[in-house]
Amino acid sequence: MAKLTFEDLKQIKEKTGGAMALRLGRPRATVTVHLGTCGIAAGAREVMNALMAEIADSNRHDIRALAAGCMGQCASEPHVTVEREGSGPVTYRQMNPDKIRQVYRRHVVQGEVVSDFVLNKA
Amino acid sequence: MRELSLHILDIVENGIKAGADFLDIRVQESSADDRLIFSVEDNGSGMPAEKARNIDDPFITGRKTRRVGLGLSLLASAAGRCDGGITVEGRAGKGTRVRASFRRSHIDRAPLGDMAATLAVLIAGYPHIDFRYTHGVNEKEFVLDTRDLKSELEGLSLSDPVVVHHVTESIRRSLEGLAETHPEPPMEGPDGQADL
Repeated sequence: MAKLTFEDLKQIKEKTGGAMALRLGRPRATVTVHLGTCGIAAGAREVMNALMAEIADSNRHDIRALAAGCMGQCASEPHVTVEREGSGPVTYRQMNPDKIRQVYRRHVVQGEVVSDFVLNKA
Repeated sequence: MRELSLHILDIVENGIKAGADFLDIRVQESSADDRLIFSVEDNGSGMPAEKARNIDDPFITGRKTRRVGLGLSLLASAAGRCDGGITVEGRAGKGTRVRASFRRSHIDRAPLGDMAATLAVLIAGYPHIDFRYTHGVNEKEFVLDTRDLKSELEGLSLSDPVVVHHVTESIRRSLEGLAETHPEPPMEGPDGQADL
């Protein structure tokens, strides 16, 4: 039976710089990817994986990537909702790996809403 | 759906919406009887008997955001055209088990695809839910249980996407090693696109 090996776990700890859970306070930003049947068929899984790769590349331990269900507007999936500390949620439509990378760098990290991709602002 | 791993993600989402906090995902590929079978079992609220009988009818759905439920009917038709089918077992309050069976060498069978990406989304997206993934290819088996992973990672949190990203990379390496023991047959259509 194959499992993740001790060596794998050691490498993961080294790569993440031993970021201890204790150091993780309240997240500074939460990014929610909507993963209903419609979103999944439209590519939401790839969007979420691209987002996690960006977060890992920038080594930010204060950002959360969460999943949620369908919002009922299936035609403009995949949707992603960004909530930064201190400002209201912004939902983006028709995301793909390239667009989520832009949204991550400009909105999640720098706080500048990428208005071209916005579905609505709460 | 282009990949079976996307169907799996979708069926797991159903279980999570039904209030499950543990999901058991199994994939078994066998060359002796040429089958690919997967199952998703959850401990959620289960399904009323009438709904379970009409499982492949897209207009029977528990959802409220729109009046059509697509996930299980898409899976039923995908399995049905590959000499297989789906079964849904469950009772209200007792959880649900969805099982899908395919002839592995069938020309219309979508590839299993990026199962590591599906697991990454589940582990990061639902940090309070536990998953066990068992993937057997003939005699070989890969098992991942997030309950073990959480204790083995000592202090690292699976709600941290950076940790999940690196965990995913090692899952992907393990699954690639497993897949090499029994490669998928080439099955792209003339335009290189699998169907939905």
